Amino acid sequence: MSSARLVLVIWALQLKIRQRSAFDGLLSLLWPLAFATSIFLMFRAGDASGPALLSAAVGASVMGVWSATSTTAAGSLQQERRQGTLELMVAAPRPFPLLIFPVTLSMATIGGYSLIVTLLWGRFVFGIELAIARPVAFVLAVAATVIAIGMLGFLIAVSSARYRSAWALGNLVEMPVWLICGFLVPLSLLPDWVRPISWALAPTWGMAGIRAAAEGRSSVADIALCLALGVAYAGIGALISRRLLDGARRHATLTLA
Amino acid sequence: MSVIEVSGLTRTFRSGRGLVSRVRGRPAKEVHAVRGVSFAVERGELFGLLGPNGAGKTTTIKMLITLLLPTGGRASVLGHDVVAHAREVRRRVGYVFGGDRGLYDRLSGRDNLRYFAELYAVPAREQRTRIDELLELVGLTGREQERVEGYSRGMRQRLHIARGLLHRPEVLFLDEPSIGIDPVGARELRSTVKALVSGGTTVLLTTHYMFEADELCDRIAVIAGGRIVASGTPAELKQRVTSGSVVEVEVFGVSDGVLGRLHALPGVRTVTVEERGQAQLLIVGSDPGAEVTQPVLSCLDGARVGRVFTREPTLEDAYVELVSTP
Repeated sequence: MSSARLVLVIWALQLKIRQRSAFDGLLSLLWPLAFATSIFLMFRAGDASGPALLSAAVGASVMGVWSATSTTAAGSLQQERRQGTLELMVAAPRPFPLLIFPVTLSMATIGGYSLIVTLLWGRFVFGIELAIARPVAFVLAVAATVIAIGMLGFLIAVSSARYRSAWALGNLVEMPVWLICGFLVPLSLLPDWVRPISWALAPTWGMAGIRAAAEGRSSVADIALCLALGVAYAGIGALISRRLLDGARRHATLTLA
Repeated sequence: MSVIEVSGLTRTFRSGRGLVSRVRGRPAKEVHAVRGVSFAVERGELFGLLGPNGAGKTTTIKMLITLLLPTGGRASVLGHDVVAHAREVRRRVGYVFGGDRGLYDRLSGRDNLRYFAELYAVPAREQRTRIDELLELVGLTGREQERVEGYSRGMRQRLHIARGLLHRPEVLFLDEPSIGIDPVGARELRSTVKALVSGGTTVLLTTHYMFEADELCDRIAVIAGGRIVASGTPAELKQRVTSGSVVEVEVFGVSDGVLGRLHALPGVRTVTVEERGQAQLLIVGSDPGAEVTQPVLSCLDGARVGRVFTREPTLEDAYVELVSTP
């Protein structure tokens, strides 16, 4: 109960921190729309229509979730380090993973906003028909994807506690994941050697589940795999966090050099 | 049993190597920040760690509050080893440091305390009362809804103290808490610390400010170059130099080489220079019975000399002597 309260309070206060900068707020608003606009224009130029445009809209919206979480997850720990609060988090008696989880959850929440706004942008500005064949499965697939991406962000964030430069990891993986998780182009177009990497990434299965639900196919297996991978990331993050924190205490990386 | 027990504590930092240096097998540069420090702090005591920048004060504190792993020696707080039982230590200690960092600037003072109350596992039903109590204690009642980014340095420092006390720690570590605070704020801070000690909290304080250490500390350990060079009550430390005297000379333009000549004079123990606007103040500590005023003035031949006076040594003189002795 007290852990649930901790997660809830920290999540709410982290959201408060993020929404209090006008500049950050404007970026959060414009960033996903800029992505989505470029993609919609590209698909239009290629004479895409019907399901292809819907697929583009869904892909662009998940891109927004991923970008809002991956780059900022690592960056947020660097921000905590810069402002001297990372040390206080580590010096607190609560388990460290429990303190990081709501931080990344707040980012995934902003990603969720990005997802909705992208779909609405596609509908009202580009006239993309959001004909979702299985709305309940669609919502479940979206929720599973947001949670799994949040967990992947958590794994990246935990690594950032040990390595001062790990914030760059978020930037490094941001764009490749757009491609290898099939946000924009089908996985079948990618080289064979990329497939195993795609399968190990939860957004691949989340994306597949969202598309399946939109097109009226069964999305149960995709959602299950997406969530299972999300749980695995959380488990790995929690397991390695103690080792990473000991490393940070040994190498004095909790503060900036 | 002492509340804090430190025995032969050592911490060495290894600087990171670039890829080329790694490939070439060049050894990493090592900095020995703390070299075999030992001391004990009793329950309800206010113990000071006094030393210049880079002496190892903060590193020692960070090992005691489990933020750094020692490379040698042992330390325990309230009977819990800082390495093996880190979580037990964290439950019982508070940590406050000086400066602008360590707070969420975009949150209000109250929200900061709510945030840290969760981190430090303050029971939900007690949080509001405890936060109100602490805001009152540090004089931030009425300003608690304002964002911290608009707080002055003194207000931030008071909020830091409130944060450090949220979970009623038995031991409080204060790392240069008065740095950058105005004299009125620093005085209020000292009275808050005194009140905490009167209430039974054990405090370990680091500071460069002699008067602060002199006023607050029951005992002091002077640390320099990672080693404890002296320890005792403020009176005992002063006693170490009270058998000598101090000559202060106001000089306009100390030429190169003067300090070396002054150090070489018979009976001179220490020589320091403080900038005072256009002038410099030479502070010369001497051995008991040594008359150094005339020889010092002779060494300043050619420089314009202002006021000259002799006085009894202070804790600051004791400190300067202790940390300047090779």
